Amino acid sequence: MKSLVQATIAIVVACALLFFAAHQLEAGGAQGSKDTITVYNWGEYIDPDLIAQFTEETGIKVIYETFDSNEAMMTKVQQGGSAYDIAVPSEYMVEMMKEEDLLIPLDHSKIPNMKNIDPYFLDLAFDPGNEYTIPYFWGTVGIVYNPTMVEDHLTFDTWEHLWDPSLKGKVFLVDGAREVMGMGLNSLGESLNAKDDELLRQATDKLISLSPNIKAIIGDEITPLMINNEATVALTWSGQAADMMWENEDLDFAVPEEGSNLWFDSFVIPKTAANIDGAHAFINFMLDAEVSAQNNDYVGYSTPNAAAMELMDPEVIEDERFYPDEELREHLEVYENLGLEWLGKYNEYFLEFKMSLR
Amino acid sequence: MTTKVSKGSLFPYVIWIALFVIAPILLVGYFSLLDLNGNFTLANYVNFFKPAYLTMTLTSFWYAFLITLFTLIVAYPTAYFLTKTKHKHLWLMFIIIPSWINLLLKTYAFIGIFGLYGPINAIAEVFGIEPTQILFTDFSFIFVAVYIFIPFMIIPIFNALDKLNPTLVYAARDLGASRFTTFRRVVFPLTIEGVKSGIQVTFIPALSLFMITRLIAGNQVITLGTAIEQQFLVAQNWGMGSTIAVFLIIFMVIIMLLTGQKRKRGRV
Repeated sequence: MKSLVQATIAIVVACALLFFAAHQLEAGGAQGSKDTITVYNWGEYIDPDLIAQFTEETGIKVIYETFDSNEAMMTKVQQGGSAYDIAVPSEYMVEMMKEEDLLIPLDHSKIPNMKNIDPYFLDLAFDPGNEYTIPYFWGTVGIVYNPTMVEDHLTFDTWEHLWDPSLKGKVFLVDGAREVMGMGLNSLGESLNAKDDELLRQATDKLISLSPNIKAIIGDEITPLMINNEATVALTWSGQAADMMWENEDLDFAVPEEGSNLWFDSFVIPKTAANIDGAHAFINFMLDAEVSAQNNDYVGYSTPNAAAMELMDPEVIEDERFYPDEELREHLEVYENLGLEWLGKYNEYFLEFKMSLR
Repeated sequence: MTTKVSKGSLFPYVIWIALFVIAPILLVGYFSLLDLNGNFTLANYVNFFKPAYLTMTLTSFWYAFLITLFTLIVAYPTAYFLTKTKHKHLWLMFIIIPSWINLLLKTYAFIGIFGLYGPINAIAEVFGIEPTQILFTDFSFIFVAVYIFIPFMIIPIFNALDKLNPTLVYAARDLGASRFTTFRRVVFPLTIEGVKSGIQVTFIPALSLFMITRLIAGNQVITLGTAIEQQFLVAQNWGMGSTIAVFLIIFMVIIMLLTGQKRKRGRV
């Protein structure tokens, strides 16, 4: 009995200490004093050297946290436990956060480096006049494949190539309802924002006819599989494809001509911000031509920063797979915020497609 | 019989159960009655009886059944031989140690092990077998799930076997029962309670497995757990997600009733 009591006390004391330590750490993040900012970003989405450089130049310390999905990020911002000064949502999430009144308007006079951004990427439909957002990176959804492992005629300039009988059990898809349903709709020549049951039905049937070719529907695990030549063809985002191609030079990437998704990730200042001036300073710093060029080099996604592009290796920015020209961009569409009802339908159809895999 | 426990000392437990058992279940029940706009509706329940969810329920049960069956087939003999060894508690600990390692970490390890260039295919190649992709198949899914659940099945069975009075076995053998008959008529019936709790701790979580359905089965296997995750995180339809959870709770209650009805033995 005595040892039981001792053990209980030991556990309680240990828990109390851990709780106290965690509270101290959290408080450090939540305090948000003049000389710290908390940046909430996707994983592997910034050159860490630049964070150090920012602190050196401005004296503002950066607490850096990462998330792996827009939805998880929004939930944390909504809860308001941590003082995030900067977040990096995708465009449809910007719309949702605006609806939920989670964003603070930007003061453009504090971001003079905004002039560096290609006007094509400003004043977009999801945020007219850039009231809340500054574009950070952009990209597409396309097909990464290994030309040494597929038949020569498959170049994936059309989605139809995914249905090729030679690819039986070889195709990997990313586990996202918008991406996969969008691909189905695009392959029919329809818009990936379609709100029409008939079209979604047709797209689902079209996808179901693809199931013999599908090996698996997974997430980021696609990257090592493609790098190690364990997978042949995968539907993925352009930046992820760039990462894979960096590691495995055999790989190639294509955005089918029928159309695909064009996405933007942007800096925003969420309502949780405690150091709004610091957040503006950070955004402005990241838009500096040299800083941005260095960051683009590290991250590998496509940059909207025109001044930075002039400093980058011409070979990179002339690569139409990652920097499609305006004519190609005509075929690309930005995800619209479908609203929960249609998002639910997309999800149900996607689930039906997944169920057909076996 | 009067209880010696005063009502006051039960208070913390009542609070605990109210806050962390009853309240969440009530909340899940409440959310299951809401549609996307927060209005009361039974549509989620109607929705559940659509073919997609019914098929999903059946596949969930089928895979949970297979996982439990194979786990039992591996775990019972293991537990049995463990009780026969000299340092049985030491060996038991070795079997339990892997369950101290994070589940996700073990799952990722299997991605490497089963990979096209992983050790299993390397060994197969030595014997002249063409390397094949073992990942993303029914086999890999059930293998990994069984691996994960084995310690949880072994512990209750081991405890039941450990408590078994060996003289009963000697008596059966003395009276002429064969080894097999002794096992079938004496050992197994006396350890059935251990088997039942092992089945409970395996079957019920197996019904709602979701992470390894994606990582190991590549979504070739869709369980109710996957559906709940998607409803909450992607579709943000808490109503439908909760409805599926309500059905899971109902299924689990049924399983508990089926596997745990022997209460009479408690009274002597």
